[in-house]
Amino acid sequence: MTDLGDDQSFVKFDRVQKSYDGENLVVKDLNLAMPQGEFLTMLGPSGSGKTTCLMMLAGFETATHGEILLDGKPINNIPPHKRGIGMVFQNYALFPHMTVAENLAFPLEVRKLGKSEREAKVKRALDMVQMGDFGGRRPAQLSGGQQQRVALARALVFEPELVLMDEPLGALDKQLREHMQFEITRLAHELGITTVYVTHDQTEALTMSDRVAVFEDGRIQQLAAPDTLYEEPDNSFVAQFIGENNTLEGIVTELKGPDLCTVKLDGGEIIEAKPVNVSAVGDRTRVSIRPERVEMSMDRLQEGAHTLKAEVLEFIYMGDIFRTRLRVAGNEEFVVKTRNAPDQPRLTPGTQIEIGWLPEDCRALDA
Amino acid sequence: MSDMTSSGQMLAADGTPLKTSLARALRRQKLRALALIAPLLLFVVITFIVPIATMLFRSVENQIVSSTMPQAVELLQQWDSATGVAPDEAVYQALYFDLFKAAEAKEHTKLGTRLNYEQTGTSSLFRTSGRKLDDVGELWQDPIEDIAPALKDGETWFAMMSGTGSNTVLEERRALWASLVEEPFAGDVGITISDEIAQMLPLTTAAYADWAIYEAIEDGKDISKRDPWEAVYAGLGLDLRSDATVRAVNAYTGPHAADLQLLTANLDQMPNTMFKDAFAEMDEDWLDPEVWEAIKIYSPNYTSGYFLNAVDMKKGVETAEMRPENQQIYITLFKRTLWMSLVITASCIILGYPVAWLLANLPMRTANVLMILVLLPFWTSLLVRTSAWKVLLQQQGVINEILVWLGFVDDANRLILMNNATGTVIAMTHILMPFMILPLYSVMKTIPPSYLRAAKSLGATNFTAFRRVYFPQSVPGIGAGSILVFILAIGYYITPEIVGGTDGVLISNRIAYHISSSLNWGLAAALGSILLALVMVLYWLYDRIVGIDNVKLGG
Repeated sequence: MTDLGDDQSFVKFDRVQKSYDGENLVVKDLNLAMPQGEFLTMLGPSGSGKTTCLMMLAGFETATHGEILLDGKPINNIPPHKRGIGMVFQNYALFPHMTVAENLAFPLEVRKLGKSEREAKVKRALDMVQMGDFGGRRPAQLSGGQQQRVALARALVFEPELVLMDEPLGALDKQLREHMQFEITRLAHELGITTVYVTHDQTEALTMSDRVAVFEDGRIQQLAAPDTLYEEPDNSFVAQFIGENNTLEGIVTELKGPDLCTVKLDGGEIIEAKPVNVSAVGDRTRVSIRPERVEMSMDRLQEGAHTLKAEVLEFIYMGDIFRTRLRVAGNEEFVVKTRNAPDQPRLTPGTQIEIGWLPEDCRALDA
Repeated sequence: MSDMTSSGQMLAADGTPLKTSLARALRRQKLRALALIAPLLLFVVITFIVPIATMLFRSVENQIVSSTMPQAVELLQQWDSATGVAPDEAVYQALYFDLFKAAEAKEHTKLGTRLNYEQTGTSSLFRTSGRKLDDVGELWQDPIEDIAPALKDGETWFAMMSGTGSNTVLEERRALWASLVEEPFAGDVGITISDEIAQMLPLTTAAYADWAIYEAIEDGKDISKRDPWEAVYAGLGLDLRSDATVRAVNAYTGPHAADLQLLTANLDQMPNTMFKDAFAEMDEDWLDPEVWEAIKIYSPNYTSGYFLNAVDMKKGVETAEMRPENQQIYITLFKRTLWMSLVITASCIILGYPVAWLLANLPMRTANVLMILVLLPFWTSLLVRTSAWKVLLQQQGVINEILVWLGFVDDANRLILMNNATGTVIAMTHILMPFMILPLYSVMKTIPPSYLRAAKSLGATNFTAFRRVYFPQSVPGIGAGSILVFILAIGYYITPEIVGGTDGVLISNRIAYHISSSLNWGLAAALGSILLALVMVLYWLYDRIVGIDNVKLGG
């Protein structure tokens, strides 16, 4: 999917760089291609360059170097109002002096649509977000969730092919946010719009997107579908940033094949792992294991699998799952998540146990 | 815990109605809040509201005419000004006694000044007449003293006037003094006037009582040793013109009856002078019915005259009419003040809006420097700034020199930028600019840049985005700035005074002139009241049209 030709990509960043002060690059050599209809999320910590990329796409920032193409045409010199890109802002940016209906009619008015056509489109857009009865209200009279829906309807009302969303759910409470995540993805897929969504919330990114671009330090660290991203992180930043992750440090001692190597941890223990970006014996590596892939019952491990001794430090009851913090190979932040099942033991701190995992769940990444 | 009674009223835990309970709980808070603002409230009331109210009250207050010449004014009510003939002798006689008293207390010039606002020449009429009133009294004093030499002596007079009685005349005259001089005139005069004399010689008694009160209380003298005023002799002479009085005097047996009877025996030596002629001799103007008309028009205690003057009208006996074209100034001035304030406000908006926008949108560091430049004028004296404009604007000034040097303006036709309305508008726009920029800035600061971005992303050009999205949200700032600038401009004084010349002065300059130069405080107060009312009406209109809720000074 990453290697789309020019003919297939709807949005394309071609070696884009951005600097504000002429000394530091905020965006470093960005390459990205999106097919039409894709829901792509730019995920990253603050300052990673994701919002800058969005602003360059929207036209509010200019690329210092490189080209951005929309539907095959370079848009670097097209002003924002001619790009025809819908945008949902972080704080919605609903015009406070206009009613909801006037807010929605605004993009249609500037496009010189007739009154009846305008009204029909506004009504359709409001119905689409279940806000049909609120056309006469002012934004200030709406709740956060309602404002969010209106902002979405306004970005969609003029039927743009590309919609940008800049952390649109950041101001909502958890429940509403989850609901809106679902709504937005449903709308985006129903209408077949290409969407670029910026967030720093990884759950949001995983649940909503077709693909996620993980940003760090002005670069895309990994661009992949959510499951690939979670299960097969390319490097330790992605592994750390997406979901919870246990890290053990050590040195590669033996490469047994494309999918297996042994790692000697700093504490002396030997484990088996899947080499991802280690290339030679003697490389330092960070081994990453997801908390839910750690086995505590040995009968589920295959013959001859390496196991490690562990001491229970803390047991946290979280309802659906148990979260057990262990000391493993000197790492005191090693977490294991187990399903709350009737036969699942509830470990008390101080208990000595033995843990293990399948080598393919354990990825040897860069140090 | 609260509960509902059958009537639906909420009850507090102890059974009292919840509303009562709440009111009680809030009362302490309210009292404390009041105590916190009390010092400022008191200060404002004492130093601001009370003086302004008393000042504005002067615009209708007019006691001076009736308190200075109470008897003449009363008689004048019967006189019909429409006849075009001066009033009759009785009025002049009353005028003499009123004016004599006022002249002794030096109050007559104040009345002259007051009436001069309405009828030019009155001031000098009263001043010159005041000096000549003694001469009129001497017409009687000299023959009386010749006929009855004992009446030269104050002690004789004291003995003759004293006796038993209720002293009603004395108290009446004391009240008149009090209203004339605006002092209580309380205290012992040192005489009980004989009722018999008071009844027999009413004019004499009144004049003597006037003198006695003034001499004893104002000057602190022992009246039994002092010689009375000339007016007392005139009173005696007038009393003796009546046959009934002559008969009563001849039958009188009280102290010094013999001296009085000496006078009745020699009535042929007393003068027949009429007061009307005497006043005519002092000044021909006393026969002018217009003078008397002015006195009659302004005799009530409260008058609309100042307000009518303030709108270029003249108060008549019953109606009011516009002044002739060449005497109209105030309406023109009011119109000019309003118009120039509007022009200044508009210029401030046009010039201040972009600056405020820059302030609100530049990076912090640059914005701070710009803000200092905006505030800089506040740190220099207003007078200095205005004087600086004088240097810039005059015909040999900086601006003209540069324009001539650049060749835009011919040396012979240098621009007249000062001592006219242009100068006032230029200088005041500059001086009031911060009052426009600051509210605009504080409102613009609250408009997030994402609104403009949103508008552009929705397809609006820069101009449309500004016009439809940014500008409407900055209107409250324009409103606040406009109210500030307009209200400040409408009452501005120093700048128009210095650079305004004659064409560029505003109504406040005229008010200041009446306060400090012409001393016509009543007119100044009337002009001020109209200005205040005008501002309030405009404020009300603004509230109706724009809505005062739409005014924001920030946040």
